[in-house]
Amino acid sequence: MIGTEMTQRLLDRNGLVFVGLLLAAAILVPLLALVAPAGSLLHMPPYVVALIGKYLCFALLALSLDLVWGYCGILSLGHGAFFALGGYAMGMYLMRQIGSRGVYANPDLPDFMVFLNWKSLPLTWWGFSSFPYAAVMALLAPGLLAFAFGWFAFRSRVTGVYLSIITQAMTYALQLAFFRNDMGFGGNNGLTDFKDILGFNVQAESTRLALFSLSALALIAGYLIARGIVTSKFGKVVIAIRDAESRTRFLGYRVETYKIVVFTVSAMMAGVAGALYVPQVGIINPGEFAPINSIEAVIWVSVGGRGTLAGAALGALLVNFAKTWFTDALPELWLFALGLLFIVVTVFMPKGILGLLDSMKPLRSPPVIASPTEAKQ
Amino acid sequence: MSVAADNPVLTSSLLYLDGVSVSFDGYKALRELSLVLAPGEMRAIIGPNGAGKTTMMDIITGKTRADSGDIYFAGSHDLSHLDEAAIAELGVGRKFQKPTVFESHTVDDNILLALKAPRSAIATLFGRQPANERERIDRILETTRLKDHRARLAADLSHGQKQWLEIGMLLAQDPKLLLVDEPVAGMTDAETAQTAELLREIARDHSVVVVEHDMAFVRDLGVKVTVLHEGSVLAEGALDEVSADPRVIEVYLGR
Repeated sequence: MIGTEMTQRLLDRNGLVFVGLLLAAAILVPLLALVAPAGSLLHMPPYVVALIGKYLCFALLALSLDLVWGYCGILSLGHGAFFALGGYAMGMYLMRQIGSRGVYANPDLPDFMVFLNWKSLPLTWWGFSSFPYAAVMALLAPGLLAFAFGWFAFRSRVTGVYLSIITQAMTYALQLAFFRNDMGFGGNNGLTDFKDILGFNVQAESTRLALFSLSALALIAGYLIARGIVTSKFGKVVIAIRDAESRTRFLGYRVETYKIVVFTVSAMMAGVAGALYVPQVGIINPGEFAPINSIEAVIWVSVGGRGTLAGAALGALLVNFAKTWFTDALPELWLFALGLLFIVVTVFMPKGILGLLDSMKPLRSPPVIASPTEAKQ
Repeated sequence: MSVAADNPVLTSSLLYLDGVSVSFDGYKALRELSLVLAPGEMRAIIGPNGAGKTTMMDIITGKTRADSGDIYFAGSHDLSHLDEAAIAELGVGRKFQKPTVFESHTVDDNILLALKAPRSAIATLFGRQPANERERIDRILETTRLKDHRARLAADLSHGQKQWLEIGMLLAQDPKLLLVDEPVAGMTDAETAQTAELLREIARDHSVVVVEHDMAFVRDLGVKVTVLHEGSVLAEGALDEVSADPRVIEVYLGR
């Protein structure tokens, strides 16, 4: 019985639809690609698979951001940093898999290190030829950064706009640091020209399909973990912190600990998103740390519906489809459209698209545990 | 420790403030404030604006650090170096002047979060619900007259109901000492009378400190009164006694 109780807790009506669709996509897209003949409607062209796969990673990033912003009121304008760190961890593994197939054919060093005249692998790269190690690092690097950041920021009780500015500064500082060649992460050009992942060609259609399915599954897992957190008593405390931080403190909860935990878990989710993103796009460079990326992620969340999890993922998908269409059809108008979208959503749909959908069906059970009050940041 | 452990006034007290001073940018909010509260006692604190009433609560609950002086709880716990959460865990509850509840939680959940239970992140993330939780919540909703509103969001309550919900949360916390800041500000006369009754009920098994401007309400409570003025105690005693004190009259009427 505990099983069904748990399921009911984790999956409300929106959640069932959300997880159902993702699961269907994770199974059907690769299956149809194998069965249906190329060119038929059921066979998604590889570039579409790659595109949606990428968006699913963005959706996981949006979900992780919603966990801290929508539920704990921490407006992070630097979540792209955690995404990029996860991406770099995966990129380093993929670089090590190139082996002697690089331009300089050096079996021990990636091309850019040969180019820089380095004689041996720097300490930071040790272990990255092992996939499990890289996978752990994709979680650990963003997690540790978030923990350290939270340790200082939350314990000093930095909140609100000041905290947002510091997160922004954090990702910008990382961008500058990763630009430098002597950091040892490929500088300006970043890491690219990947060949294999776990022995499979990264370019092959079957690999792309597998990565697509994994991204969908990771998004499901991220959703269920986030639901598990926000529907627990822990989650209630987190929402309480968002609504009335000092009241929570005077009830005896150590607010900074809760914030550090949520922030760290969220950063690790973002790291997983980045790690899945990099093999699908074939490159990771310091541009991923750019503050604008983190700000876009905030827009995805507010468009989809802050504090709804599924809405955040939906927002990421919709805004990115719009972006792809716009940058193709009307490239010079995209940023204006994005700005307009943000204003329209903030003014007319404070609960985002999902909030709007839910309010149109009043008979449905309330899907959102708690929607943020508008006044909070 | 600057206070001798065998000081009988200290060891028999629930709350003990001795010579507490605080200043903000040169402004002395508290000057050598001394106050002793016995276990089980209910005390009303009155005083004009800027007398230091809220600062005193901030000092006791760990929100503000004292520049000097001793602050002891239950005769042995030095509060001057603890944070809000630790002091709350020792058994000090606080009600704010403006009703502060968790607006996007239901009335039920507001009480649930306040219920005395392990507060650590691990306990709330993985802990199981204690069996008697329901009954404890029921009892508190009964006392605070909110039983019919239990499934509503706190945001939808009236001002007076929010005040009671917050008092209910304090009850759920089951503190040894309750600090209540202007509980009847903005309430109707009927609500004020009900609140006085509620507080007297609470005072039967908790120690309570009430800060209030409303003299009728203080009279309703019928407890010992401490008058604060410019950060220290001006007078102490029964309400009739202190309101006959020429210094108190001067402070209140002289403005």
